[in-house]
Order: sequence, then structure tokens, then C-alpha cells
Amino acid sequence: MADVTGDAETLATLDAVFREERGQVVATLIRLTGDWDLAEECTQESLAKALEHWPADGIPRKPGAWLTTTARNHALNRLRRKETEFAKLREVASLAQLKDHDDVDQSGIVDDRLRLIFTCCHPALPLDGRVALTLRTLTGLTTAEIAHAFLVSEATMSQRLVRTKRKIRDAGIPYRVPPPHLLPERVNGVLGVLYLLFNEGYAASTGEHPTRHELCAEAVYLTRTLARLMPGEPEILGLLALMLLQDSRRSARQDEAGELVLLEDQDRGRWDAAAIAEGVELLDVAMKLEAPGPYQIQAAIAACHATARTAAETDWPQIAALYTRLAQLVPSAVVELNRAVAVAMAEGPAAGLTLVEALAASGRLDGYHLLPATRAELLRRLDRRSEAAEGFREALELARNPAERNHLARRLAEVTHPRAPHSRFDGP
Amino acid sequence: MRYLMLICGTESPDTPVDLEEDLDEDTTDWAAEMGRRGVREQGSRLRPTSTATTIRTENGELLVSDGPFAETKEQILGFDLIECADLDEAIEVASRHPVVKSLGGTIEVRPLWPT
Repeated sequence: MADVTGDAETLATLDAVFREERGQVVATLIRLTGDWDLAEECTQESLAKALEHWPADGIPRKPGAWLTTTARNHALNRLRRKETEFAKLREVASLAQLKDHDDVDQSGIVDDRLRLIFTCCHPALPLDGRVALTLRTLTGLTTAEIAHAFLVSEATMSQRLVRTKRKIRDAGIPYRVPPPHLLPERVNGVLGVLYLLFNEGYAASTGEHPTRHELCAEAVYLTRTLARLMPGEPEILGLLALMLLQDSRRSARQDEAGELVLLEDQDRGRWDAAAIAEGVELLDVAMKLEAPGPYQIQAAIAACHATARTAAETDWPQIAALYTRLAQLVPSAVVELNRAVAVAMAEGPAAGLTLVEALAASGRLDGYHLLPATRAELLRRLDRRSEAAEGFREALELARNPAERNHLARRLAEVTHPRAPHSRFDGP
Repeated sequence: MRYLMLICGTESPDTPVDLEEDLDEDTTDWAAEMGRRGVREQGSRLRPTSTATTIRTENGELLVSDGPFAETKEQILGFDLIECADLDEAIEVASRHPVVKSLGGTIEVRPLWPT
């Protein structure tokens, strides 16, 4: 048994090393060969080789360099076999040139991973392709795992990856870190992809698909990597803080039956204190750089929730003020709706309802279930029960997430029940 | 890489004359600048869609019809053939075209097959 445990430990260590190094090896190989498929295949081969040698020989001092060199040699051999093609000949030459260098330039490697992130998240690529390719190349997730996480077939996901890589090649999307004048916009684009990835996992991490939390973990990992590669970027730190603060509530967000537990009802003792501490610290570092942005503000809002010892102690006026600031930076009806909820908590349900009614009248959130749900919740708190019931019914027609549907159904039952239940407000 | 820029926008005969003149001048400037940079190989404004003819076959029969191939609000107003280092440069070149900058138009950038 001891041997088995030892093997399992070795495998776990190797797994951690692979996870840490894989993205970098792929990134460097793409730069060297200009061929994404070849880069992935050769990286896979180098990992297989490591799995063969490392358990006996031990993990090399620079595992990344070992893997890169091995993958490069695989690529070299493969390209040699295809020497007839002119374009590849040139690559062979550059590979041969690099072959003798044992030391891999560390700064080059850092650049490679950034190159890869920026290329995968290029705005000319379709959004679903950006997300999929980022996951495929920079994390250890297989195509099958990514397909599973996005609830599509493996064939569909495989096609999506092929099309995305083809567009990079055929449209001439450069493999590089964008020049300074493009950087702010492109960093924003990368952060958008990472946050989408996080939300994809977070929104669905209760109810039917608890396993999608994998996506949150990968999003945190990638944002952490980006923060390390581009230090001193306040919005990257802000996004990382935001993810950590939101994710800190993971285990308190659902009960034993898998039902959604609202923020106010969550057992705060089950929140991840270490994640909250790190999130708050990152946010502090970001804010000291004095360049506020949407992610930092959202992280600040999340921090208000995360640091309130009880739901009643939540600093709602501060949250309402932060939403006002956020709405100025990112004009969005969803932000306005959240602001209305914060105002309701700070100044009373009637004040919030006025804002919600104005939003409803604007038609900007037609079809969004949280609009009637929020309106119904405020009406319930004002004891306008029949109007509240109407709103919950409307929301039920629009909501798709099973956990949210259950919650709305419970609320509807409460307001249509003859005896008034305890009157409390639960924000979305 | 070579890219074809398809300049798209709405054909509006009621565009004020001075705006039209400004646009012509700006477009000429843009073309001259991109020519100096060695990016623009050739290009032209197109005559309005009322002069367009569409040719296709249906069940082996040749069909010639009046007008552009798609009945959309936006039409192809012109084209430019450019040679750029990569898509980022092509995007930058397109983003400086007056139709995008001041007319609210659209430019589609399409890579050509290598020859």
C-alpha cells in the first residue's frame, strides 16, 4: 500500500508541475514553429516523456526548460520529416539554431505565455472560440473536458477550436504582446474573457452542474498567472480580487439539497477566510495605484459583502455609492438594477422600487428574469402581495437556472399563502 | 499579408454636399497616406448600387438581375487592397478610414488567399 501511496503522491506532484508548465511550453512552441497543432502535440509528447522518466530520475531542476527542450526536439524531428515544404524549412533552420541552447531565456518564456494569452483573446476571434482556445492551450483541460464544461458535444468543441486556430492563421492574427498603444484595450479584452470564464462556472455551480466550478478555478489560475506576468496593472489585480471574493462564498451558496442559498441567509462561517483576506489585500494594492476601473469597483462591492460580519452589518450606503460609480464607468441596465437593490437596502424598499420601475419602463431589461424578480421582492417587502405574486410568476417564466427557479417558486408560494411570512428582503 | 477592405455604409443621396466634399477630401488624404506608407496597393470608390448587376445560376440557368446581391441597408461603397504585416495593422489602417471615423460606416477586412 505504501508504494501505491508513493506513486499517487508522485503523480500528484507531476500533475502540479505539468499544470504549471504546460501553458508555457505550448506558448514557446507556437512561437518557434508557428503551428498551433504541432505545438500542442509536441507538448503532449514531452509530458508523456516526463511521465516516463521523472518518477525514476527525479524532477529536473528546471522542469519547464526540460519540457520545452524535449517538445522542441519532437517538433524538430517532425519538421525534418516534412522538409520538402519550403515554409517549414525556414522553421527547421530556426529550430536547429535554437537546438544547441540548453538554457531557455526566462524573459522570453514569460513573453511567450503573454503572447499566447493575448493571441487567444484577440478581439477578431469569436468570443466562444476565445474562451475555448484559452482553456485548451493555457490550462491542462482536454477538449472533452472543455466540451463538458460548456455543455456541448466534444465534436462541437473540437470544431470550435479548429475554426478559431484556423482564423488566427488565415487572417494573420499576430502572435505577440500588443504594442503599448493597443495594450489597455487588449488587456481589457483578456480580462473580459477570463471573467466570462469565471461566471460561466460560477453562475452554474449550484443545482444540476456543480462540477462546472472547475471553470472558476481555471479562471482564477489564469488571472493569477496574468497578474504575475503583468505586475502593477490595477484592473488585473481588481479582477483577481473580485474572483477570489466571489468564489469565497462557494461552499455556502448551496445547501445539502443543492438549493441556492441567498447571500443574506448564508452561513458566513463557511466563507473562505483566506480567499477573502487575499482578495481584500489585492484590492488594496490595486487601489493604491490610483487608476480605478470597473473590476476594482466590483471587487470593492464584493469586499463590502465579504467583510460584513453579519448581513445586517452590510454597508449598503457604500455599496449603493459604488454602484453609482460603476454605472458611470460602464453604462449598463444590469448595473442599474443592482444599484436599485443597494438603494432599497440603504434607504428602504420604496426608494429602490422607484428605480426598478423606471428601469422596467425603459424596456432595457425586457426578458431578464431578475427584473421582475427584484421588483416582486421589493413589493413583497412593502407588503403589496398580489403585485409581488404577479412579479414572481413573470420571473418564473423567464428564469432557466433550476436553483433560481426553485427559489422563485418558494417566494411565490409565500406571497400567495394566506399567512404573512416574516418580512425580509433578499437581494439577487 | 494582403487584405481586401470592403467599405460599407448606407448610400444616401441626401448627404449634404459639403459633408460629401469633406469626406472625399479625407478619403483622398487617407489613400495618399497609406500609399506613402506602402500599405495600399489599389482601391476605388464604387458607383452606386443602382448601377450594380448581379449574376448567378439557378438550376443551371443563368440569372442576371438588377441591383446588388443582398438587399441590405448597408452597401459596398468601395474597396481597397492593402498589404499589411498582420491583422492588427490591417485593423489600424481600416480604423483610420474616414467612412469609419466620421460616417458611422463599416469596413470588412478579408485576407486574400496567398498567391
